Amino acid sequence: MTAADAFSRKKSNTEARSVRILTFKIDDRDVSAREDETILAVARQNNIYIPTLCHLDGLSERGACRLCIVEIKGSPKLVPACVTRGREGIEVITNSERIADYRRKILELIFTERNHVCSVCVSNGHCELQQLAVNLGMTHVHYDYLYPRLAIDASHERFSLDHDRCVLCLRCVRVCDEIEGAHTWDVMKRGINSRVITDLNQPWGSSSTCTGCGKCVQVCPTGALSEKGKSVAEMVKRRQFLPYLQLMRGVDRE
Amino acid sequence: MTLSLEELQQIARIEKDRREGFQHRIKICVAAGCLSCQSATLKEAMEKEVSRRGMENWVDVKGVGCLGLCTAGPLVFVEPDGILYQGVKVSDAGPIIESLGAEPIDALHCSTDLPFFARQHKVVLENCGRIDPERIEDYIAEGGYYALYQALRNMTPREVIQEITRGGLRGRGGAGYPTGLKWTTVAKAVNATKYVICNADEGDPGAFMDRSVLESDPHRVLEGMAIAAYAVGAAQGFIYVRAEYPLAVKRLRTAIAHAERLGVLGNGIFNTRFRFDVRVRLGAGAFVCGEETALMASIEGRLGKPRPRPPYPAEYGLWGCPTLINNVETFANVAPIIRNGGAWFAGIGTETSKGTKVFALAGRVNHTGLIEVPMGTMLRDIVFEIGGGIPRGGRFKAVQTGGPSGGCIPEQYLDMPVDYESLAEAGSIMGSGGMIIMDESSCMVDVAKFFMEFCMSESCGKCVPCRVGTTQLYHLLCKITSGAAQPSDLDKIEELCDLVKNTALCGLGQTAPNPVMSTLHYFRDEYTAHIEDKVCPAKACKMQPAKEVV
Ligand SMILES: Cc1cc2nc3c(=O)[nH]c(=O)nc-3n(C[C@H](O)[C@H](O)[C@H](O)COP(=O)(O)O)c2cc1C
Ligand code: FES
Repeated sequence: MTAADAFSRKKSNTEARSVRILTFKIDDRDVSAREDETILAVARQNNIYIPTLCHLDGLSERGACRLCIVEIKGSPKLVPACVTRGREGIEVITNSERIADYRRKILELIFTERNHVCSVCVSNGHCELQQLAVNLGMTHVHYDYLYPRLAIDASHERFSLDHDRCVLCLRCVRVCDEIEGAHTWDVMKRGINSRVITDLNQPWGSSSTCTGCGKCVQVCPTGALSEKGKSVAEMVKRRQFLPYLQLMRGVDRE
Repeated sequence: MTLSLEELQQIARIEKDRREGFQHRIKICVAAGCLSCQSATLKEAMEKEVSRRGMENWVDVKGVGCLGLCTAGPLVFVEPDGILYQGVKVSDAGPIIESLGAEPIDALHCSTDLPFFARQHKVVLENCGRIDPERIEDYIAEGGYYALYQALRNMTPREVIQEITRGGLRGRGGAGYPTGLKWTTVAKAVNATKYVICNADEGDPGAFMDRSVLESDPHRVLEGMAIAAYAVGAAQGFIYVRAEYPLAVKRLRTAIAHAERLGVLGNGIFNTRFRFDVRVRLGAGAFVCGEETALMASIEGRLGKPRPRPPYPAEYGLWGCPTLINNVETFANVAPIIRNGGAWFAGIGTETSKGTKVFALAGRVNHTGLIEVPMGTMLRDIVFEIGGGIPRGGRFKAVQTGGPSGGCIPEQYLDMPVDYESLAEAGSIMGSGGMIIMDESSCMVDVAKFFMEFCMSESCGKCVPCRVGTTQLYHLLCKITSGAAQPSDLDKIEELCDLVKNTALCGLGQTAPNPVMSTLHYFRDEYTAHIEDKVCPAKACKMQPAKEVV
């Protein structure tokens, strides 16, 4: 759980009796929101599209992929919608030319970082990263690919991990820690050398903490975590369990 | 045990009498710079020479903190004659003792009339090189812990904050945030538990200001923290020091133990109900752990990675409690402000930047070392007067301030006053106080590449723009310095700088493009020379020969 998330939860628990309701604007539309709701949540309620990658309903927020950045009128600073709460009277702009341009470039950077070769990927056609490229109109990548040499961990009897497809959203780390309670996943190293690991960087198959629940696989936005036996384009993620988990965590109270 | 004012004054008196008892006092710098040229053995040799001659009762030999002119170490200062010796070897110990009270040794003599010394104004470093950092009595003799007494006994927390605000002190950790305002915010936060943190992670390459303060005068920082804790209502403090500073850590621990024993830390300080404990926490040397949210995560025992702000530490800090976090030098300014009043402090410096600033002078300048000057001192004075100009008749090219978050300031700004606003206008930042002077032999693209490599390898890897953006920028800069770049690469660099600056999660990423942007702004021709003519004007980069066009 991130500190920011704990913060919002603490607030919502103690102030459940008297939550202030705000009104503000998103893309010229008047919206109302509880003061503890993020701009992203309010936008979604109003069917306003804001792209996200690291965010997943039911998990704590990281504010790390930066795809959900929005503008607030009168401020030069861009803010991530997934961790920023609304304020009375502000005007949020979710899709200016400037934001669209930044989002496309951020997405391009993700594509250059690892080896995202859709045509041979188990998740082809069911991949959030691929879908984002379509949604954001990213037609090509104009930065150099970094082509890192990365390994595959296929030591688990039912799942496999392909670092080539990992975008470091850390949904696997969060779901395993926050929902399953196993904390098998974590990250090692830093910067461009960051890698998700199981236990203390031991092969997944030899992990003594992994319960084999497979939640990490289902929340993974790309083909980085997949079920064994799936071939190209066959890996469809099943997220039906997430609404229950949200109920369990008391995040979505509507 | 609590201490009374009389006891505090008595300690000061006894210590002063003790000093007066000596005819000669020899101060040997045992801060990191001089220590690295064997000043510890020099101190032993000096002590041996004194005892061999049976002069212990009238010659005092003590190790002190940084004397400033680190290039010329080991430095030895003889009082009361006020003679400074430079480059002192172990074999010089005997002759120096012999010369006491007679003519100083010419060969070793270093004039203290040099602008390097004369042009400085010491507030933060007032005790550096004067007191023994491992003896609390020495600090007390210089008026130490009197400000804490004054704050606790004669001022309300609000009055303390007002005094700091009146002084106009701004954070020395980089961004220059008004300290009084930060304290007010934490003071106003409602919570039973609050914390005070001293940020001593000092990770900028070439910076050693905080280190010198901690190694030379650790009690000053403790006193500042205690006053801050009283002002904001905290009872627990942490000092987050990087483990690469073992001497600072050792001296801090000694200082804390002495302060606790005397009762200026702990329960019921100066017979009030105020309680304050300080603990030292070690960082493992990740630059990003200097960022406040990452630093707090690290203290909590979690991965040292930043999180989005707000919530700010003042509201939601260490373990979710309101937390005041300030830099070492910020805290070091607190006791003098309380002692002399905010108006006194506001009288030093410029309209918007009050007080003094410590800089670590490095690079192509004759006198490298630690200096403290009033805010608003002209850059030219720092480089040519205090720094003594460029060695071997070289030509000044630029000065880099603010480390990896800062920029390069070219010659046309030499007559600029050094304060927060002017530096920002020139495209750099004050930062923590690193100042690297460069002459014609430095290639500005190479400099930008150096800092980008630093940011790339220090990026925590959490957000995409910083993690991948700095890597891409580094690769593009490598292409330029190796002669493989095309004109379009420059566009990509500018684009990426803008992207990373505006979309990264924390200050590391948001400021990482600064060295590139400022060198591109002032030295664009150097970039184009690399790209189009495949030559490095400073002859610093190894370029591939230009491809023959058929
Ligand atoms: C990447 C990064 C590194 C930092 N490193 C330091 C540091 O080494 N020392 C420091 O005092 N502040 C550092 N800071 C600034 C702190 O986050 C914080 O603003 C500062 O400690 C506040 O103290 P002040 O108000 O006294 O300046 C760093 C910030 C960033 C973004
Ligand atoms: S979804 Fe908000 S930063 Fe990733």
